[in-house]
This record gives sequence, structure tokens and C-alpha cells, in this order.
Amino acid sequence: MATAAPTTPAPGTGNASTRALLTTADTRRRLTDRAMTVVVSLAFAIALVPLISLAWTVVSNGIGRLSPYFLTVSMRGVFGGMDAGGIYHAIVGTVLVTGAAAVISVPIGIMAAVYLVEYGRGPLARAVTFFVDVMTGIPSIVAGLFAYALFAVFFGPGVRFGLVGAVALSVLMIPVVVRSCEEMLRLVPNELREASYALGVPKWLTVVKVVLRTAVGGIVTGVMLAVARVIGETAPLLVTVGVIDSINTNVFEGRMMTLPVYVFRQYAQGLVPCTEGATDCIATVNIDRAWAAALTLILIVMALNLLARLVARWFAPKAGH
Amino acid sequence: MAQRIDIKDLDVYYGSFRAVADVGMTIEPRSITALIGPSGCGKSTFLRTLNRMHEVIPGARVQGTVLMDGVDLYGSGVDPVAVRRQVGMVFQRPNPFPTMSIAENVLAGVKLNNRRISKGDANDLVESSLRGANLWNEVKDRLDRPGSSLSGGQQQRLCIARAIAVKPQVLLMDEPCSALDPISTLAIEDLMAELKDDYTIVIVTHNMQQAARVSDRTAFFTIEGTGKPGRLVEMDDTRTMFSTPTQQATEDYISGRFG
Amino acid sequence: MSSSTPRLVRTAQSDPVPPAADRADPTGPADAAGPTTPRTTPNENGDPGRTGTRARPDVAGRLFAMTATGAGATILVVLAAVAVFLVLRAWPAMTASAEELSEGIQWFPEGQTLLGFVGPLIFGTVLAAVIALVIAVPLAVGIALFTSHYAPRRIASGLGYVVDLLAAIPSVVYGLWGVVWLAPRLYPVWTWLADNLGWIPLFAGPASQPPRTVMTVGVVLAVMILPIITAVSREVFLQTPRLHEEAALALGATRWEMVRMAVLPFGRSGLISASMLGLGRALGETMAVLMILSPGFTYAFELLQAGRHQTIAANIANQFPEANPLGVSTLIATGLALFVITLAVNMAARWVVSRRKDFSGAN
Repeated sequence: MATAAPTTPAPGTGNASTRALLTTADTRRRLTDRAMTVVVSLAFAIALVPLISLAWTVVSNGIGRLSPYFLTVSMRGVFGGMDAGGIYHAIVGTVLVTGAAAVISVPIGIMAAVYLVEYGRGPLARAVTFFVDVMTGIPSIVAGLFAYALFAVFFGPGVRFGLVGAVALSVLMIPVVVRSCEEMLRLVPNELREASYALGVPKWLTVVKVVLRTAVGGIVTGVMLAVARVIGETAPLLVTVGVIDSINTNVFEGRMMTLPVYVFRQYAQGLVPCTEGATDCIATVNIDRAWAAALTLILIVMALNLLARLVARWFAPKAGH
Repeated sequence: MAQRIDIKDLDVYYGSFRAVADVGMTIEPRSITALIGPSGCGKSTFLRTLNRMHEVIPGARVQGTVLMDGVDLYGSGVDPVAVRRQVGMVFQRPNPFPTMSIAENVLAGVKLNNRRISKGDANDLVESSLRGANLWNEVKDRLDRPGSSLSGGQQQRLCIARAIAVKPQVLLMDEPCSALDPISTLAIEDLMAELKDDYTIVIVTHNMQQAARVSDRTAFFTIEGTGKPGRLVEMDDTRTMFSTPTQQATEDYISGRFG
Repeated sequence: MSSSTPRLVRTAQSDPVPPAADRADPTGPADAAGPTTPRTTPNENGDPGRTGTRARPDVAGRLFAMTATGAGATILVVLAAVAVFLVLRAWPAMTASAEELSEGIQWFPEGQTLLGFVGPLIFGTVLAAVIALVIAVPLAVGIALFTSHYAPRRIASGLGYVVDLLAAIPSVVYGLWGVVWLAPRLYPVWTWLADNLGWIPLFAGPASQPPRTVMTVGVVLAVMILPIITAVSREVFLQTPRLHEEAALALGATRWEMVRMAVLPFGRSGLISASMLGLGRALGETMAVLMILSPGFTYAFELLQAGRHQTIAANIANQFPEANPLGVSTLIATGLALFVITLAVNMAARWVVSRRKDFSGAN
């Protein structure tokens, strides 16, 4: 299509040229548009490949060994290619370490969010906002090293127990909690605060009884998503909590097994060299356990995500009023 | 390069909701046609069907015919992209591209079709379009500044320059002055009077003085109630419409008894 | 925090009825840790708002405000503590001579300084992250555009959620998947690359089998950072003002031209910061690299050959459990380098975002 203006056609006679103007789209442009539509859709299709294949491999490889037995025993006394052992100790460890991390980071995170939304002014608030974002980017292994370095000062080198891992996870978790809580608190309409002030309620009570109360659904959701994010962390726990085969319920002493570390540990042990004709020896038992534990881990993470979204939905209408 | 538009039995739907019903009118070339009526009566929706911009809204569709010089804009083989090139549009709020300079804004539409426009031609086109929009003298020294650095009225004239740079047949204006101050409004109205020598102009306006001042013909739309479609009540020469309308509803609206 | 703690103790004491104030302090562990400061003098005690009942809400309010401020300050303290403790523990290795290092640490390369040891690791870390970025960014832009401007609106948000699911999967699972499922399927691709594009030094053959190479790691990292880049760019694309999109369409732009004219320029700085966030993630990723890459300590550009590269994070996770004190110190020194690099990348990303706020406010 030419850009030069056609000579003005008299009304009625210009029908053909008008039709030409309205129908002849530039082929190159139209093709580019079509091609880009295909490319963009293809990009999405490509993203589905890892998602589907990952779900498929984890489920198909993991389902075989996943059983009530697997969930309720530890690896104590399990060696070689024995068709035995489970992840109970790892689940206990994950729950305790992640729980401790949540106990540390949730109050700090919520109060920091309250500070940013309700009290924060001036350079300190700007610095906190900025460094919360920066903190989101700390590599998980660095968080692990930090926790190790911190505790090594007091307990000497080689320190390994649950709380060290919980501190490492807190470093990763706090910024996530702050971010999501901040977002939720900012959603609380100012009218509510003003209505409360107008009744003579002091600011701090307004924050506790009105703002936090209104945003509680969002806060719970945010905390659960933060837990879901750190529950799969492996590297920081590898350097701070270590590995062990039996159950340890004391986060203040002794190594603990955690689910993600268990997955890695089993994978790293590789194939078992079974002797010819051995009855109680499965060569691939370690990797099988790794898959089953990975499946359990994914199920836990997905359940947390789903639950978080459900909580958000339950609370949503109330928060809207 | 101005075309007559004939609209016959036009219905506009959003999903299953009929927003505009049964519109028929003729828009004369080289004239200004004003569309007036109360809020929500479908005049903006109707305007957007003239260059198929309503298709941007999901679920929007039309029935009926819109003939531009005898060619149905909704006929088979007609390309909406080509239609919009022939039927330019200026929006309620000025919308220059914020990341482009003034000159780039003017050339934005042209560059789509003609990637390798020579520098001299481009400069000429920028100047002629900005002169056409009565903006040249104000911005000629800062063509490489961002378009958003201009005042609201200047931005709107920049948008008009951008629209006429692609040399359309028809120019649609959707309440082009509603976000502007009175002086900028006057500048745009003067500009419209000049532009009608070359273009067919259709303008939606809430301001009846504006319709009376600038337009040659006026169409009055109204709506019977919420949930009902907007309809064209009557259309005539502006002078006739504002002095002796045939319909009671028109007279009520114009004299301020309704709407 | 240190300034707020003593005052907190003071007010609680000065108040005749403290329970309310106590309950208003959910961050107990954070603040209660420091009542080591000397108790208050009676003079300060009797000073503010001692007029009976009217003082109480004020005290509680101040307490609450201080707790909140303290929690905010904790963030800064933690970040500073990360830097301080890493430097503290890395110090022995940073001050040790080359001989001490190679004698004291079993896996330390002979005659190498600490800097000479960290160099190839930084190179490998950056290389893997850059490969991931080169693969992930175009894909993420495509996915984000698909969900923001191409997919039918009714299913668009659902599709966005599907991509978010990728972000929820733990990295160790990605490692497992990468080694067992993806790597064997990538091998033919790498062989083809080495055979047909081997004249480009990057793809020089022979492609290693099993493909425990930096290229495979790059692909897995790309999958892992895809969700974050996609999510951020989708948000930015969705924020494109409708006015700008309509302006482009009204000029006769096709959908793709509209995207190029209005959506991409508007979202460019958002896209840059999203990519940098992704880069930060890829730099620090440990498990997938640890499980897939066959390590080596060289400055090699041959992406398809195994045993040439290693990343800082994977090296730490690999050596840490068995390392002696000097070895741990060396590893922490490398971790410090990683911390500084990711900090720089993230701060740059934030800076781009904050700049964007300045000029998008114009409209």
C-alpha cells in the first residue's frame, strides 16, 4: 500500500479504489503479525513442556515407593540395597526447621510491614523498603553460610543443628513476608483508619484491631506462600543442619534430616552395587526413594499453595467491605 | 481525500447486550458531523464502529452495514487494520506515546507502512502534519523532546497531527476537548474548521455549544432507560437542529430540560 | 534497634499497669533479647505523661510504634550482619598465603592464590547465569505477552497461574528432573549443535555424554527463572495504558505492531529489572547445578564440554560438608564474592525500577 495520497476520487466513482484501500493489507505486515502470534503462542507452549514433563516424571517415578510405610519410618538401620526405609525423620525435620523459621520471621515480617505502611517516614523507611527488595535476592546458599558463620562464633566450627537452619531460612523468609504483608496492609482502605480515629481509638489500637484484623486473610495467605517457598530450600540446610538417618526432634541440638536434603542425599548415593542373585537388594532403591521424597515434597508445597489461595478466597469478601 | 459514509440498520452488541440499535445515517464528506446525546446513549460506541475500534473490546460486535464510498467496512476481505488507516481517530484524553519524541509521535503511523522513509521526506511530513495541526510554531524548536512534555492542549493537537500524518479519509474525534481548558478547546475548534476542507470529520461532544459552533450537521442520540439500547433520534443540519428540531426529545435535550 | 530497646524497658517499668503493653509486643524474641542495658534512672522515669490514665494509651502506642520500627530496623541489621559475619569467617582465608591455602586444603589447586581460585568460579557462575538469561528472557516475554495480550481474557489469568506453579517447585526437584529426564533428551540437540555449529567456539565439540555441561545447566536454570521474569513482565505489560494501545491501533497498527509501539516501550525498564531479578536467582542457584554439572575450574567457553566449569554456589555445597576450618573459610570467601555480585545485580535492578517510576508518572 502506497503512502502517497491517491488523487481525490469523486464520490461514487472511487468505489474500486476505496475497496482497494480497505482490503489490500500489506502482505509483509500481515505475515509478520501472524508469525508473531504463532511465536508468542509457541513460547507459552514451550513453557508447558517442563511443567508437564516434570509433573509426569516425578509422579510416575515417585508413586511406586510412596506408601504409608515410606511416610512413617526413618532410615535408621537401613543400608545397601535394602527394600526398606522412609522419610519420617525428614518430614519431622522439615516441619520443625520450617516451623522455627516461621516463628522467627513472621512476627518480624509483620511488624516490619506495619512499620512501612503505618509509621514509616523518611530515610529509614526508604532504606528498609530498598533493602527488603535487596534481601529478596540473597542466594540461599549465602543465607546458609551466614547462619553457619553466626553460630560458629558462639559454638565453634562444625556447628550443625536445627536452629541454625531455621535462622538461614528466616533470612530468606523475612523479605517475602514483609512484601506480601505490606501489600495487604496497603489494600486496607484509609476510610477504615479514619473511621477508627474518629471514634477516638488510638493509632496503635487502630492498627491492631482494624488494619491487621481487616488484612488477616491476606497476611495468612502471604505467610503460607512464604513457608511454601522456603520449605523446598536445600542448599542452606545442607550446610547448616546436615544429614542424619534417624529421628531428631530437638532443634537446639544435633543434626536433622530435612525433606529436600533427603532427596539430594538419596540421589547422591547413586546405584547400589548388588551382588548377583541377592534377594533383598534393589540397585535403584536410592534414586527411587529420592523420587518418592520429591513427590512428597511437591505435594506438600502444592497443598500449601492451594490452601493459601483458599484462605485468600475465604477472607476476600470480608476484606472488601 | 474525504469520503462519504452511509450507515444502514446498525446494531452494536457487547456480548448479548445491545448497546446501540438501528442506526441509519449519512455522513457527508468534507463536513463536520457532531454526535450529541446524554451519557451512555451509545454515541461513543457508535463512533468506534466507524473504524472498527470497538473490536478491541472483547465480545463487541456489530450487525448492519457501514458503507464508505459504497464499500462495506464489515464486508468480507476488508481488513480492520486498513480501515483504521483510512479512518483516523482522536481520543478523549490526549495520548501521545510517552517514550517517543514529538517528531517520532507524528511519524508513528507512517513508519508502520513505510519503514524506509527518507530523512528529508520524514522532516517534511512532520512539518506539514504539525502545521496542519496548528502546532508547528510552538514545537519546531523541540521536536526531539518527549511528547508528554507538552501541555494538554498541545498534546491533543499532537495526536491530531499524528492522525493526519497517515493521510486518512475520515477523522473521528471522541470528545477531543473534554479534558482541555477553554483556550485549548478554542484552538482545537479552530483547527477542526480548517481540517474539514480536507477530511470528513465526525465528533462526539457533550458540549452543545461546541456542537453548534463547529458542526455542519448534528445527530442526536438518546437512551430510553438503563439496559435499553441507545438510538438515533434525529439528524439534520446543525442550524435546523438547534432552532427547529422535529422531535420533542431533541428539543428537550437541547433546551436543557433533560440530560 | 539498640536505641529503642532500653526505652522499651523503661516505659514498661514506669507504667503501673504494664500487661496491656506486654501483649502489644508480638515480636518478643527480637526485642526482649536486649534488656542488658542499665535500668533507668528515677529522673527519666517520672518524666513523660505521668498524669494517670491519660498517659497509658500513649505509652502503649509508643511501645507499638517502637516495636514496629525495631522490626523494620532488624531488616537492615540482618543484612549488615550477613556481610559482617561472612567477612569475619572469610578473613583467615583472605589473609592466608598461597602456600598455606594449598597445604591446608586438600582440594585447593597447587600454587594458586585465593583470587586465582575464585576467578574461574565467578566465571562459571556468570556463564551459567547468562546462558539461562539468554534462553529465558525471550521465552518469558513471549509467555507474558501471550497471557497479557494474546490469550482470550477468560483463560488468561488461569494460564498465568500455570506458569506460577513452576516457581513453586523446589530446586532440588529441578535438579533431579534435569539429570534424569532433560539431560538425555538434550544430548542429541547438543550433538547436532557441535556437528553443525561447531565452528563457533562456543559450540566446539565433541558434545559430552552424559551432557553434564554448563549448557544443560543453563537450560535448567532458564526453566527455574522463567516464572519470576514472566510474572514481573506480565504485570508491567498489563499496566500499559489502554489509551496508548488504542492510539496505536487507531493509527492502523496490527496487534504485533501495537505491542511494539505501545506495550514493549512502556514495559522496557520493567523487563530489564525482571531480567536482572532472574539473573540474581540464576547466579545463586545451587542444587540444580550441583546435581547436573560435572565440575572443572577453567575459563573455558566450550559450553558443550563437561568438566570445564563450576559455579560458586555448587562448589560450596559440594565441598562444605567435608571441609576443614581453613577450607570452610575459603568457601565462605567465595560465598562473599557471590553475595557481592548478587547484591550488585539486585541493586541495579531496583535502581532501574525506581528510575522508571519517575517518568511513567507523567501520564
